[in-house]
Amino acid sequence: MNPEALFAFSLRMGDNALVLSQRLGEWCGHGPALEEDLALANTALDLLGHARMWLSLAGEAEGRGRDEDQLAFLRDAGEFRNLLLVEQANGDYACTMARQYYFDAWHHPLLERLAQAREPRVAAIAAKAAKEAAYHLHRSREWVVRLGDGTGESHRRMQAAAEELWPYTGEMFAADDADRAFVDPAELQPGWRAEVEATFARATLTLPGGGWMQQGGKRGVHTEKLGHLLAEMQFLQRAYPGAKW
Amino acid sequence: MVSAAPVTEAEIWQWLEEVPDPEVPVLSVVDLGIVREVSWQGGEAVVTVTPTYSGCPATAVIARDIEGALRAHGIAARTEMRLAPPWTTDWMSAKGKEALRQFGIAPPGASNAPPGAQAGGLVQIALPAACPHCGASETECVSAYGSTPCKALYRCLACREPFDFFKPH
Ligand SMILES: [Zn+2]
Repeated sequence: MNPEALFAFSLRMGDNALVLSQRLGEWCGHGPALEEDLALANTALDLLGHARMWLSLAGEAEGRGRDEDQLAFLRDAGEFRNLLLVEQANGDYACTMARQYYFDAWHHPLLERLAQAREPRVAAIAAKAAKEAAYHLHRSREWVVRLGDGTGESHRRMQAAAEELWPYTGEMFAADDADRAFVDPAELQPGWRAEVEATFARATLTLPGGGWMQQGGKRGVHTEKLGHLLAEMQFLQRAYPGAKW
Repeated sequence: MVSAAPVTEAEIWQWLEEVPDPEVPVLSVVDLGIVREVSWQGGEAVVTVTPTYSGCPATAVIARDIEGALRAHGIAARTEMRLAPPWTTDWMSAKGKEALRQFGIAPPGASNAPPGAQAGGLVQIALPAACPHCGASETECVSAYGSTPCKALYRCLACREPFDFFKPH
């Protein structure tokens, strides 16, 4: 296994999980109901666990002595390799669930594929994470249906959220050599689209059209939102380097 | 007989039976199915542990508790983490499941193969077999996530009491 591809790929996986976890963590104490607060926090915690495993592996592959914490807390936005989708703001509950659903519907089948990877460390992390991602997908899918097929107001908001985030979905399937060393994400697109179409049909939502897709996260070109997220997430380690508790 | 190991592996397994899971203390770490292997390496006991959920904050505490418990029995010990194969509630002991039920937590049934193996990644989160309070089988899910990642919140439709369900995983 080419260590550079392993580094690049595990960094992407880790950054996706870390940034989405941080976004979900912003809901803590603000969820619309106690059960939702718990569910969001639990999902965030699962993703944080995934991020730790992927970033540890990235540090190992890189071989420059950086550990998971250094990778998480001491890189600037331009060095992050997450999808633009996961750094988008929480917005209302429909936005949070649309972002989650688009991501989960990609993340879960991707992890299932990676669980068969020849690189044993990738396969082990993916097999572990896939079991949790299956629950995430189950939950976000049901929320899309519940809000889409709910009241007039919830339907309007869910449709608006689905459209707003749609241009960030194309990046999930755009591959380069680091991706292809493990799985070609383009192969996941037909299944993802079928999953989203079936759910939107149940949710009485219209599948957004328009082919223009935003890209850049995997190369370190991010929306301005990531910088704000990192400023909060990294504050302590930046202000007090090496602080522990 | 001279042996490098001051105690047998069977004795270590017995001692581990006394180490409670920090979040669900009616279960020992052995009941929970997270101790995968015990061996002797270079004069110390090595306990191989697998995490329950990836982000479970109890994982580090469990490792510390295991090492502490074995040291209290006078042997040097360390833990090693093993990710694969991933933990499943199918590794939980029958004794552990019964302890959960008596504690008021509905124990997990058999886990569905790998959840994603079903078409479209559809997960059927199985229902608890019975209310742990009154034994009635009619229950409803209040929240798929409960007080810890491993549990969901349910309500009994007969006695109306809420209860935790240890999710099949
Ligand atoms: Zn009952």
